[in-house]
Amino acid sequence: MAILNTREILDTIRMIEVENLDIRTITMGISLLHCACEDMVKLCDNVYDTVCTRAERLVAVGREIEEQFGIPIVNKRVSVTPIALIAGGTKAEDYTPLALALDRAAKTLGIDFIGGFSALVHKGATKSDQVLINSIPEALACTDFVCSSVNVGSTRAGINMDAVALMGETIKRAALLTAKRDGIGAAKLVAFCNAVEDNPFMAGAFHGVGEADCVINVGVSGPGVVKSALARKQNEPFDVVAETIKKTAFRVTRMGQLVAREASKRLGVPFGIVDLSLAPTPAVGDSVAHILTEMGLEYAGAPGSTAALALLNDAVKKGGVMASGHVGGLSGAFIPVSEDAGMIEAAEIGALTLEKLEAMTCVCSVGLDMIALPGDTPASTIAGILADEAAIGMINNKTTAVRLIPAPGKVAGDSVEFGGLLGRAPIMPVNKYSCAEFIKRGGRIPAPIHSLRN
Amino acid sequence: MNKAVLTVLAKDRVGIIALVSTRLSQLDVNILDITQTVMDEDVFVMLMLVDINLSKASFHDVQENLRKLGEENGISIRLQREEIFDAMHKI
Repeated sequence: MAILNTREILDTIRMIEVENLDIRTITMGISLLHCACEDMVKLCDNVYDTVCTRAERLVAVGREIEEQFGIPIVNKRVSVTPIALIAGGTKAEDYTPLALALDRAAKTLGIDFIGGFSALVHKGATKSDQVLINSIPEALACTDFVCSSVNVGSTRAGINMDAVALMGETIKRAALLTAKRDGIGAAKLVAFCNAVEDNPFMAGAFHGVGEADCVINVGVSGPGVVKSALARKQNEPFDVVAETIKKTAFRVTRMGQLVAREASKRLGVPFGIVDLSLAPTPAVGDSVAHILTEMGLEYAGAPGSTAALALLNDAVKKGGVMASGHVGGLSGAFIPVSEDAGMIEAAEIGALTLEKLEAMTCVCSVGLDMIALPGDTPASTIAGILADEAAIGMINNKTTAVRLIPAPGKVAGDSVEFGGLLGRAPIMPVNKYSCAEFIKRGGRIPAPIHSLRN
Repeated sequence: MNKAVLTVLAKDRVGIIALVSTRLSQLDVNILDITQTVMDEDVFVMLMLVDINLSKASFHDVQENLRKLGEENGISIRLQREEIFDAMHKI
């Protein structure tokens, strides 16, 4: 016999209604490996049909779960096999038609994003990988929902510096082709080191080759809940802070696990993972930066920020791991500057710099995410920033990513507005000294040694 | 059994329990447990554990019906599957 526990029920309702607890995304991973063929038109049809058939009920089931459990599910998304892996047989010189097919599928299904216009080139690029990367700017400019990612390095393979240099150019061109919309193309493009195969978050989601035909991955979002829990622990030592975050993360993740299990059952698709990242949204009260300020920092970016973030993320993982059967994805702190009200504020007043953001990636942040740069930032500088991030990921055995937007025509101090979940970003100043000669060298940075650690 | 938690929040006044339970009875929704209190002098809070298995209406229709009842009477009525509360608070 179940017994009503008033406090627990009201706690849950408060978290959802007041503290913005929600499921950030249900992402269905779909394998397209069987679609490969030699004819581009046929391939596009195969891709469109596979995605539309597999994910036919994704949005409806998502809505049903939202309604019955009373928990908002902000996005329903699809990730697919990296397109470079299935398109080589066509011998095409441009993969934009495939991006258009994915975009059409997204529109038919009514999903929010589709990811996987991707290539994995951490050691070397095939002809197909090169064609894909060259197609990215145009593909992102002429589609609405397609997201693209490229893996340029890994702990085991080192960093492919040719790919890094190429990505610098590609990011720049993706922004230029969407200049009228402040370079939004670059906001849908991410470059990784150590990319994961089961990431439910965009823009970096793709369905890895080690995955089954179809799988459900879930990402939760609960910075507001953590902040409110900490607000009730003023002046307590860090032991209490860590314990509080752990307990809160447990609850948030249990919610994600429940939704993942239900979605998996109702769609008849295996459950993959719950991603333990505290994804923020631009909404007030849903900010990771505000968790840091709640811990006692004046602004995110102040000295102490890296330590605060390390504690936060470790506690989130400790709490979350027990709450879910399978944890995976990125499971790091998400601090996309444009998507987090507290980060925007800190960047605007100058408390938060690019260098501090980079330092934060060393402990747990996933990378330099959604950072708008001056439009005249050279491609080589973007590549240099990417190389630095990739090096952090490579050496520390973790995923790092870069999603930079060199906003055409904008200078430091301006701001860009992308709307929706992508939010608003202040243009951050960039170190103006050149790394062009460094990037020009090309080749590979060898994989690091894993003994003699320091 | 198809259990759900019904939450009613309102400014306290006469007849809220009657209003909600009458509608539940019309919908063939069985009440398994009730707890009710008034917080901060005038905030009416009622939680019910209900079983909607007997109801001919679907979960969606019961939910919509109650939401409209709430809207018409200026109170908030929420119906959620029980599992969400179990998931969050029980190990």
